[in-house]
Amino acid sequence: MSETEPLASVQTPADPSRRRLLGAATGVVGAVGVGAATWPFLATLRPSDKAKVIGAPVEVYIGSLEPGQMTRVQWRGQTIGIMRRTETMLAQLPAMTDRLRDPGSETVSQQPAYAQNEYRSIRPDILVLNVHCTHLGCIPRVIPEVGAQPFDDDWKGGFFCPCHRSMFDLAGRVYNGVPAVLNLLVPPYSFADDEHVVIGIDPEGAV
Amino acid sequence: MNQLINSIGNWVDERLPVTDFWKKHISEYYAPKNFNLWYFFGSLSMLVLANQLLTGIFLTMHYKPGAETAFASVEYIMRDVEWGWLIRYMHSTGASLFFVVVYLHMFRALMYGSYQKPREIVWILGVTIYLILMAESFMGYVLPWGQMSYWGAQVIISLFGAVPYVGEALVEWIRGDYFVADATLNRFFALHVVALPLVLVGLVVLHLAALHEVGSNNPEGVDIKAKKDSAGRPLDGIPFHPYYTIKDIFGVGVFLFLAAFIVFFAPEFGGKFLKPDNFVQANPLVTPDHIPPVWYFTPFYAILQAVPDKLLGVILMGVSVLILYLVPWLDRSPVRSIRYRSWPSKVALGIFVIAFIRLGMLGLSQDSSTFELRLWTFVYFAFFILMPIWTRLESTKPVPERVPSL
Repeated sequence: MSETEPLASVQTPADPSRRRLLGAATGVVGAVGVGAATWPFLATLRPSDKAKVIGAPVEVYIGSLEPGQMTRVQWRGQTIGIMRRTETMLAQLPAMTDRLRDPGSETVSQQPAYAQNEYRSIRPDILVLNVHCTHLGCIPRVIPEVGAQPFDDDWKGGFFCPCHRSMFDLAGRVYNGVPAVLNLLVPPYSFADDEHVVIGIDPEGAV
Repeated sequence: MNQLINSIGNWVDERLPVTDFWKKHISEYYAPKNFNLWYFFGSLSMLVLANQLLTGIFLTMHYKPGAETAFASVEYIMRDVEWGWLIRYMHSTGASLFFVVVYLHMFRALMYGSYQKPREIVWILGVTIYLILMAESFMGYVLPWGQMSYWGAQVIISLFGAVPYVGEALVEWIRGDYFVADATLNRFFALHVVALPLVLVGLVVLHLAALHEVGSNNPEGVDIKAKKDSAGRPLDGIPFHPYYTIKDIFGVGVFLFLAAFIVFFAPEFGGKFLKPDNFVQANPLVTPDHIPPVWYFTPFYAILQAVPDKLLGVILMGVSVLILYLVPWLDRSPVRSIRYRSWPSKVALGIFVIAFIRLGMLGLSQDSSTFELRLWTFVYFAFFILMPIWTRLESTKPVPERVPSL
């Protein structure tokens, strides 16, 4: 305010510092209150209890999974493939290295630490993968057979995406020179017992 | 740093009069220095409006209009959405508190003659806000699609059936179906969430623009613009900021304290704010035993009940609200404030308040005595119709030139 003379109707404060202190204190308390009141509004936007129930961990029975067979389940709107790999399949994996973009699974976002190994799995035989292609989200076909394919003369078995011809091996590792650049995602999972996989829960003690 | 802020400020001011606006409406808007408790309710109405808009926007993010989905989505908000119960109760309690503060705000205007020349347009805009608010709250009450939503809508919409000749066609047009149905709910949702809030906010802007043009009245009814100092400032005025912003913040504190108590401990307010029947999903095949409107409509509902003819009842109910528009011209008193009038004004206003409250109580019950309904309806209208007579005849005290010091 730029008035030259103070208003006749207004008393000047006897002790301006007292007024400043009260003003500041009121402001601080008010800001805390506004902050606390903001929280419920922002929290309503988080997944509701209903969404959380739908997004809850999924337990899958794998006792009846034949060697070489893959089963699919839905978890949080994503298709999760669970495959029991054979000894032959596992034996192929180390030989793939020179055809792969990230053979050592060094991109940490694509698997939990406990699946960052040669087989990209906790148990070597059981592969758990989010089977959506890391290029544009299509679901690749599983072609476990070894032998020449229309798209690859030296196919060792793996995932082939019909959308844009991305290829992944039987550990979900991406090939060189295909549109996708990331390995298939390994979701958090653990074993409830030998015959049950739980998708969505890390093994106990895992970080 | 200060220089930078100043130069940015100047750059904006040369293109958009932000500082002028702030001065005109806040820091150099001179309001009478003698506002009392009754002057809290204008700013509190704005607070509740802001609350309704904010909580409403968040409710819309989860609510699903539609006869099949509405009820379940409200329960979903109450049970599954994090803090959803709080946002919903803030909105439903806010609706009732909106009417509480608006009724007190209107009573203040009646008491201190705030509608008198030159504030007629402020009053007209205010009554219009009140009308739109009634429509807004009615449609909002329908959205949860409980039994009360459904049958309340049924009753209110069928009132339009009283219009001669086109009544039935009008009702069908409003409902968009042959009964209150999905189509009705969806259009009420559109009106409640988009159309009427826009109108309300626009009217509030006009209400304030008109008020700031003529200046605020005060409990003494003294025209503070008549006496100014050398700088052209009213001698009995103080700048709205910081003096009344501080006062209003205190009012807000007390109000929020009470509002929070209701939201947390009595959100249904004993069935007055949210009726038990509305926690049952709408069922076109089962009519509740008793369909009373929410408390803020009951005085007008009582007036409807007092008349044995449907059309006349609806007309009288409409007139009972619309007559408020005429108040600036019904009041012939040379003074504004009740403080300078004599007993007829004080008694009349007192009896009017009793009549309004009593009608509200009668409208809530379903076996009110017809005699009492008619008595208080008569008193309600007598207040307005006789106003020109007593305000002209009664003696008044001289209004001082300046606001008397305490």
